[in-house]
Amino acid sequence: MTILETLTTEEITEIDHEISLVPFRKAAAIEALKVVQQHRGWVSDESLRAIAGHLEISPEELESVATFYNLVFRRPVGRNVILLCDSISCYVMGYQKIYGYIRDRLHISFGETTPDGRFTLLPNACLGTCDHAPALMINNELFRDLTEDRLDEILDGYH
Amino acid sequence: METPLTQHISFNRPPYNLRDYERAGGYQALRKALTTMGPADITKTVQDSDLKGRGGAGFNTGMKWSFVPMTGDHAVKYLICNADEMEPGTFKDRMLMEGNPHQLIEGMIISAYAIQASISYIFLRWAYKKAGRLLRHAMDEAYAAGYLGKNILGTGYSLEMYLHTGVGRYICGEETALLNALEGKRATPRTKPPFPQVSGLFGKPTIVNNVETFCNIPHIINNGPEWFKSLGGSDAGTKIYGVSGRVRKPGLWELPMGVTMRELIEVHAGGMANGYRFKGALPGGASTDFLVKEHLDVKLDFKSVAAAGSRLGTGTMIILDDHTCPVGFVHNLEHFFAQESCGWCTPCREGLPWTEKILLSIEKGEGRTEDLQLLDMHTRFLGPGNTFCALAPGAMEPLQSALKYFREDFETHISQKKCPWR
Ligand SMILES: Cc1cc2nc3c(=O)[nH]c(=O)nc-3n(C[C@H](O)[C@H](O)[C@H](O)COP(=O)(O)O)c2cc1C
Ligand code: SF4
Ligand code: FES
Repeated sequence: MTILETLTTEEITEIDHEISLVPFRKAAAIEALKVVQQHRGWVSDESLRAIAGHLEISPEELESVATFYNLVFRRPVGRNVILLCDSISCYVMGYQKIYGYIRDRLHISFGETTPDGRFTLLPNACLGTCDHAPALMINNELFRDLTEDRLDEILDGYH
Repeated sequence: METPLTQHISFNRPPYNLRDYERAGGYQALRKALTTMGPADITKTVQDSDLKGRGGAGFNTGMKWSFVPMTGDHAVKYLICNADEMEPGTFKDRMLMEGNPHQLIEGMIISAYAIQASISYIFLRWAYKKAGRLLRHAMDEAYAAGYLGKNILGTGYSLEMYLHTGVGRYICGEETALLNALEGKRATPRTKPPFPQVSGLFGKPTIVNNVETFCNIPHIINNGPEWFKSLGGSDAGTKIYGVSGRVRKPGLWELPMGVTMRELIEVHAGGMANGYRFKGALPGGASTDFLVKEHLDVKLDFKSVAAAGSRLGTGTMIILDDHTCPVGFVHNLEHFFAQESCGWCTPCREGLPWTEKILLSIEKGEGRTEDLQLLDMHTRFLGPGNTFCALAPGAMEPLQSALKYFREDFETHISQKKCPWR
């Protein structure tokens, strides 16, 4: 009854490289999840089973690893992921206002994706740029010293 | 005033590449260490310098290295740089990595040689994209120049270095949880003993140190332990201090160890921002006890901050101002800790969400008088000795000190059935 999904040759090459760097196959579990997420945007149940097969561990064991880490996405995400810092320095400097603005503009709360699949909004722990709070990241880009009037311009840069 | 760690850091230009770094004296310490010193000499020099770990616990670095077995058959040993920096309010390691990646790499190679490690990792938090890019480039340069890889500087010593980026979880910064993360497992902490120095990554002897700790090593090798001690005031060396919150100039400064809280806030951070008054501060990240006005003259070194009832921690201070509700402030912290608990042991897994819920209800004006006793109880149940690792006791530090210094504010929320700050 299992839906057989296979890894692409490219994915397998990258995962095998990670396996070659560690003493045993399953030690590459996190790297393998990262590889697949990099290619597919997220890790579906089927992808998870395929990775587990390749690592020669049970899907349950890999699932316990995948769900432990915040940034292994086990549900689909939008084309752009907004990570808004909700930790202490950003709290003091008013991240709630930034959250309110994004919520009103995109009509999504934390954990949600816009219907057009353009943005997913997630809370994130301290981004390590507390002297420039409040801060957020979109994909690989960091934005600091945020004010509400800069948000339109920032969001307009992502499609 | 000497500032060895930041002397070659400027954010008005890209960080030094290999050639610029060498021109500024870079990799001289590595040359000196590998060609004129034995591993034991290096460990002793570092131990004599009294360098204490900059990751939070403040343990003598050379002493830590001295527990690594140096005789017998240990074909593989590991050296790991803890660059996970996820403690809220902490942002110093990012600056060191983005500002001068070669300094960290040089410090790591010397340290790896001291324990005769053959493989090293930088465990970097995923969010530090720019640091990752710069480190990867610097590592490539170091390999090409023969500072990494086989037979370094013709000495016969070989070292591989890998950059590993995590996938997000505060607990990965705890050194034994970090080892599990590197082994591809859930990042739950491990029982000690055995200590990682004896049985760490993949069961091999392993040293884990913080970014700032490693960055100090080349300077100690170049200038000697006495010089290092003389840099500081009330403790050895300089320290990267930081301030965030409602001050005029939030930022980071390299200062002699033991600057007072007052000088840090008033001189370096420019004092409180217009219209805001100082109410308290967490001196070294989210998991340290509040210090308040009466502590402004406390020297920010490990011993003095401990004597004042808190911890120097990471040395990056978060200011609580008079416009910010202390209950909301602590609620935000406990939300973080509850979310980041690894779930391994019961007091932490169950106690932190409970704490968070109580704080939320007090903040909303739905608190009951008994709630304060419940919170007091948690600070004991989750305190040192009752949990598997230091996350839970760390989470209790800001709470217990808030209950001590700002108890009236908690009580007002309960008696007025609302948050006075709203
Ligand atoms: C929950 C938790 C998180 C930690 N996070 C970090 C971290 O991000 N970076 C770090 O250097 N040390 C962190 N530590 C401390 C490490 O366990 C360890 O003491 C440190 O890396 C040792 O380096 P040092 O001796 O150079 O300070 C953390 C500790 C705990 C309990
Ligand atoms: S104290 Fe918390 S974080 Fe540490 S082991 Fe226990 S559950 Fe995990
Ligand atoms: S608290 Fe937001 S960047 Fe540190």
